[in-house]
Amino acid sequence: MTTLTLAKALNAGLRQALADDPKVLLFGEDIGALGGVFRVTEGLQAEFGNNRVIDAPLAESGIVGTAIGLALRGYRPVVEIQFDGFVFPAFDQLVSQVSRLRFRTAGALSVPLVVRIPYGGGIGAIEHHGESPEAYFAHTPGLKVVTCASAADGYWMLQQAISSDDPVIFLEPKRRYQDKAEVDFSQFPAPLHSARLARPGTDATLLAYGPMVRTCLEAAAVAATEGHQLEVLDLRTLAPLDDAAIFASVRRTGRAIVVHEAAGTLGMGAEIAARIQAECFYELAAPTLRVTAYDLPYPPSKVEQSFLPDLDRVLDAVDRSMNW
Amino acid sequence: MIDPVPGPDFVQLLDPTGSRAEPHRFGYSGSDAELAADLRDMLLIRRLDAEATALQRKGELGLWAPLLGQEAAQVGSARATRGADLIVPSYREHGVAWCAGIDPLDLLTTFRGTGMTDWASRPANFHPYSFVIGTQTLHAVGMAMALRLDGLVGNSDPNRNAAAIVYFGDGATSQGDVNEAFVFAASFAAPVVFFCQNNQYAISEPTSVQTKIPLYQRAAGFGFPGVRVDGNDLLAVRAVTEWAMERARRGDGPTLIEAYTYRVGAHTTSDDPTKYRSADEEQAWRAKDPITRLRNYLLGTSAIDQSWLDSVEAEAESLAERIRLGCVNLPEPKLEEFFTQAYADTPDALFSQRAEHLAYEASFEATR
Repeated sequence: MTTLTLAKALNAGLRQALADDPKVLLFGEDIGALGGVFRVTEGLQAEFGNNRVIDAPLAESGIVGTAIGLALRGYRPVVEIQFDGFVFPAFDQLVSQVSRLRFRTAGALSVPLVVRIPYGGGIGAIEHHGESPEAYFAHTPGLKVVTCASAADGYWMLQQAISSDDPVIFLEPKRRYQDKAEVDFSQFPAPLHSARLARPGTDATLLAYGPMVRTCLEAAAVAATEGHQLEVLDLRTLAPLDDAAIFASVRRTGRAIVVHEAAGTLGMGAEIAARIQAECFYELAAPTLRVTAYDLPYPPSKVEQSFLPDLDRVLDAVDRSMNW
Repeated sequence: MIDPVPGPDFVQLLDPTGSRAEPHRFGYSGSDAELAADLRDMLLIRRLDAEATALQRKGELGLWAPLLGQEAAQVGSARATRGADLIVPSYREHGVAWCAGIDPLDLLTTFRGTGMTDWASRPANFHPYSFVIGTQTLHAVGMAMALRLDGLVGNSDPNRNAAAIVYFGDGATSQGDVNEAFVFAASFAAPVVFFCQNNQYAISEPTSVQTKIPLYQRAAGFGFPGVRVDGNDLLAVRAVTEWAMERARRGDGPTLIEAYTYRVGAHTTSDDPTKYRSADEEQAWRAKDPITRLRNYLLGTSAIDQSWLDSVEAEAESLAERIRLGCVNLPEPKLEEFFTQAYADTPDALFSQRAEHLAYEASFEATR
């Protein structure tokens, strides 16, 4: 067991992947000498050389597009998009190109590409540095989308994503980069596309992922002092969703509240709520509720704490569910 | 990359010691009095920039993108614009904003996180900052196409003509959008000046990651002129930009200007340049400081003297004080203000969400 920040755990995961497979490449802006703006790739260029850890020209479509070409020739590129808001110049390459290459070629072409994106708000950043774009990608057939909430998941899930033969959007909750937790390098990890029971409970299920897992765990701790035992499910995988884990938890508690930073309309919560009502209708004691950002562009940072879900808004939703 | 030497392919009219290096096909014809006004601008924006950097260090700004070292590139180009011209910045153009009459506190609003890019509502032809790299170049080309459609280009009365100038950096030249902007500008003979401040770094990446030829030479491949200018030489920047703007206004189409300069400070206050460049390199560029050379020149011609410099220093001091006080007193926004800001015709759902938000806030107040 080692205690690491999420950023350091991701760094360790990348180091392990580079060491395990000579075909793994890191590709992105400022990931070499600087080690990435969040230092997730720190030291890796010095260790593995600039043919394995490559500073790319400043062009996201170019980075993802050429990474597709590298992947088609047997490499396993791990692309870093510097900030969530900068992924959109690469949108065509992700949504119309890499997502479909296997389908278009009846499985002849495989694109083992990982696109790492620091995402989410809450760090007082300037515009385009606090976005939550997961639903765009989860909505796209052919892409897999996962997100880590803890150092251990950062270490293991990133390596699992790199091993995947499908393109994976790997979302990293940037406001949790400095959160520390224990990582067991010897423990065999759970499958990549599985949810994790972060806290067992009996009264309601909080379904969260990425940055909101900690928020929900904190809410559950407060709720416990008020006599409510909340279950927290860390979804980890957004495409595909771990339906079995979601339904099992909601059947146990009878109440579901989905929490995410992205805007509510057509966000992950909408899909999850639809699935829950279709599969768990008779077990539900209340409608599935959502705690999300409002349907607005990300506002100035001085108001982001009221814009994003927080502990109190989660507990408010719990009260509404319990009092339904 | 080897530094260019002054000559036909690198316009320098004032050398680093402050001596005039003419004649050149881009001679500067303005008076020393005008140059003194430009020097005043440069001194004031350097102070503005230093003050904003200090405010970020004190936690009063979330972020700041320092312009230190790029004062001549910004003032020289901005002063080549006039009334109806359109100015489209990237995100470091605080000096251009200053020349366009934008209150520095409007810029601080953005970097303090109390507002978005609020100056767009003010009567100035200065577009909002763009934070996604290079996107604004296409917008500028479209705005320039509109000037042409509006009949504001190529009139026999030159005072009726206008052009656009768009700012971007060396890193941005790799973006598809910027290359598409070059194509569209050429195709439509758009009256636009592409003003690239090559400050040698895209965060940590030296310009050599973006290009294997001098950036100005790219223009030839798109079918319009490219000029490389000493970006730390106000006279050269101003002369070349005036020429390019007039060319655009006349209807002769786009120009790419590469202002060869240096980002003396960090990319932003979140950056640490010691990770990727040497102190020697920074020192070498400090010796080419744009303010020092213009000040030396104007002192040499007696266009200014120490008392002039003292009075500008006093002015800079009071500007700094206004920025310090103004920054901490910027109005704190409330989330409720933003629900009607995204659409011309706000959907009912957003009014409902605002009502929910207000009810939630009210219940919170009541229980506390």
